Amino acid sequence: MAHRPGFVLEVDRSTPPTLFHHGEGFRLEKLPIGSRVVYPSEALSPLKHPDAAIREALLHPVDMEPLPALLKPGMKLTIAFDDVSLPLPKMRRPDVRQRVIEAVLDLAAEAGVDDVVLIAALALHRRMTEAELRHAVGDRVYDAFAPRGLLYNHDAEDPDNLAFLGETDKGEEVEINKRAAESDLLVYVNINLVSMDGGWKSTATGLASYRSLRHHHNVRTMQHSRSFMDQHRSELHSSNWRMGEVLRKSGIKVFQIETTLNNDTFPKPFDFLQKREWDWTARDRASYVAVSKSLERTPSRLKRSIFQSIEAPHQMTGVNAGDVEAVHKLTTAKVFEQQLVPVSGQTDILTMGLPYICPYNVHSIMNPILVMCLGLGYFFNLYRGKPLVREGGVLIMSHPTPWEFHPVHHPSYIDFFEQVLADTTDPIEIEKTYEKSFAEDEWYRHLYRTSYAYHGVHPFYMWYWGAHALQHLGGVIVVGGDPKAVRRLGFKPASTLRDALEMAEDVVGRHPSITHLHNPPLLVADVS
Amino acid sequence: MKALVFERSLPRFAAAKVAGALAPGRGAGPGPLRLKDIDPPSLGAGWHRVRPRLAGICGSDLSTIDGASSRYFEPIVSFPFVPGHEVVGDLDDGTRVVVEPVLHCAVRGVDPLCPSCALGATNRCERVAFGHVEPGLQTGFCEDTGGGWSTSMLAHDLQLHRVPDDFTDEMAVMVEPAACGLHAADQVREESVVVLGAGTIGLTVIAALRAEVIAVAKHPVQRDVARSLGASTVCDPGEISGVVRRRYRSMMVGTQLTGGAPAVVDCIGSAASLQQALELVAPGGTVLVVGMPSTVSIDLTGLWHREVRLEGAYAYTHGEFERAFDVVRAKELGRLVSATYPLDRWKDAIRHAAEAGRRGAIKVAFDLRNEKERN
Repeated sequence: MAHRPGFVLEVDRSTPPTLFHHGEGFRLEKLPIGSRVVYPSEALSPLKHPDAAIREALLHPVDMEPLPALLKPGMKLTIAFDDVSLPLPKMRRPDVRQRVIEAVLDLAAEAGVDDVVLIAALALHRRMTEAELRHAVGDRVYDAFAPRGLLYNHDAEDPDNLAFLGETDKGEEVEINKRAAESDLLVYVNINLVSMDGGWKSTATGLASYRSLRHHHNVRTMQHSRSFMDQHRSELHSSNWRMGEVLRKSGIKVFQIETTLNNDTFPKPFDFLQKREWDWTARDRASYVAVSKSLERTPSRLKRSIFQSIEAPHQMTGVNAGDVEAVHKLTTAKVFEQQLVPVSGQTDILTMGLPYICPYNVHSIMNPILVMCLGLGYFFNLYRGKPLVREGGVLIMSHPTPWEFHPVHHPSYIDFFEQVLADTTDPIEIEKTYEKSFAEDEWYRHLYRTSYAYHGVHPFYMWYWGAHALQHLGGVIVVGGDPKAVRRLGFKPASTLRDALEMAEDVVGRHPSITHLHNPPLLVADVS
Repeated sequence: MKALVFERSLPRFAAAKVAGALAPGRGAGPGPLRLKDIDPPSLGAGWHRVRPRLAGICGSDLSTIDGASSRYFEPIVSFPFVPGHEVVGDLDDGTRVVVEPVLHCAVRGVDPLCPSCALGATNRCERVAFGHVEPGLQTGFCEDTGGGWSTSMLAHDLQLHRVPDDFTDEMAVMVEPAACGLHAADQVREESVVVLGAGTIGLTVIAALRAEVIAVAKHPVQRDVARSLGASTVCDPGEISGVVRRRYRSMMVGTQLTGGAPAVVDCIGSAASLQQALELVAPGGTVLVVGMPSTVSIDLTGLWHREVRLEGAYAYTHGEFERAFDVVRAKELGRLVSATYPLDRWKDAIRHAAEAGRRGAIKVAFDLRNEKERN
């Protein structure tokens, strides 16, 4: 059966309550009559034979020779792949990366290539654990490469294993993983969950150092990316593309493989989350009640572990290989086919329910900074054309926002939250006053390199990710959040959606237009 | 005359200790402190009657009231005594004065002076239990002199400091605590320092320091004032470890910082604060104890291994007391007086002082200006 596209519903008397994600829980909210709800598209049909499609892509790439023609005995081959931040939630085995990497390795073996290294392209994210690597690349690949030190996490702070390639015409320094830079062929394996992913961002960001990343992961870039889901209006992408040009000119041959997934996000018993409320069957309603009630009585730690164990039934909808830019065009079109929803006009108030996960809390805690990043960074930027909410409008997000941090994964976040945000929430001031000291802190550097910590500068990037929204919005209200944590973020807490809407009226005036982003499954609002 | 009198009564000491352990300031109810009518104190030549206008309630007073003070003090106080050593009052001729309460050799008529007094370090006087005055390390702990929590007390010529005309009573009553802060600040030689505690003493230390200050403050009002007094960073007690680690570029071994602050000034004096100070100070650094401690149990392994110096800072010299007027004026410390009470409401006053931070206050004082007996 063909999927139903995303659409905009206008709430009337017969509209059932609307589902809001709320961390490791949900809320059903009755939106005022006349409100709009933007629903995502249903899942696209997956590729019937994904392994065959992958092989086909490798043998018939776009604007590039077939992969077998690029593989020669004695050559140095590096396969880089997206890290634990993709996809969300993690997908059921076999992960797409495993399928693709196995196919590439088969061809490499056939060609007699024996100098092969696999690198998790994690930039300044935390290192992947063995379990996470096994999940991504599969046991067979892991066991063949990791014990011999041929499968490892990229280290953006290892001066001995970084290669400086030069500067872009705008003076941006390009420094990436030395092994990748010195290989005869660099194969990059992507999972393009959203349109921001992939392209030159894969290599120029995923394999880069702080020295290089700081040129596009900064406030100015983010404020000039409108949005970073739209490559053509994204300074983040422009910078990465300029860096890609430096990579190309320095002779690095990149064979890009990009895969797309459908919107099949939640397995049973959470599959009601991806249905429209009026489509809920009696069983779905029972599931909602049962899940919600039991979650209410579940300690937060256990709740977190239940949610983090969710494995999405995502299936592959497309795979393209070859030249970076040519491949990325096809990929972006496929992502938009799944996620783009036309929306007419902006809104005074945008509501959204934030789920339990974002790219940076896999097997971890969604701390308040990540709540900000998910809401104002990611969800706010899920638009093409204009932001869903008008300039000076109000964003209402629903999330418990606990004052809680994962001490191993997010040590610098704790200090950022306690020390930096206590002083200022202004991204420009934060960048100017604090970034360098965090980025160059030896302790954070040590933890990033040897433990499982995000880089010292990472919480800054999370804050910068929301810089465009902070500049654009007239106010941010968090429903059901820890008031102290919410205030530390510079936002206003509200107990209920009704309270939040009343508070928002103080900013946008009486009788505001309201739009709810019914997300995830993911959607990108194409706002005219 | 009307006075709050602290009497020697073992059952009441015990009751105060129990009540004080339940909640700070609760020792006032069952303890040895009582509002009484007593004869005014009298001493010989050189002593003057002072009629207190404002008299502050200090942390050491609260500790005494709650039965939490060390037995160390027993031989250097004399009972019954009238507390109150932060005093601005009037002489009989109407001159407004602040009392410098240390009862050192010269005040006691001890001749020759002890070695410390001979050097001008009257705060280290070795004769506070000798001479023609009953034992008492300070006015407010001595039977003979009386104290500020009354309508009349005595002060020696050498203890009197005329209050400048531009000083309000609130400013004047802050001179004594400011002198404590100044004395502690004078001992800090480092250019960067952590100050634990932002009650009155912590804040006066911050006000007097000429170094980069990282302050630990528990309550919002303390944080605001600490910033206004010049602290460059102010944080909650639970955040200080992270702040120090980052500021001084320390690594960590387990939960222990490898480096730390060159100096930590402990203005609390509890076991927890002393332990925290030892955890925050850099190897070879100094922990300066300004808040009055008592019997504490702490792990000194780090002090030994990291060669940390543990120093005390008590009271002030005469010169520092003089200079404290300038600190009060420059830093507008009169604003630290948050609430005043008449003597009749002494239990409310003590409760308020004991819960000052939580209740948004800093210095609580008795206001004697409207006492009938005084006027």
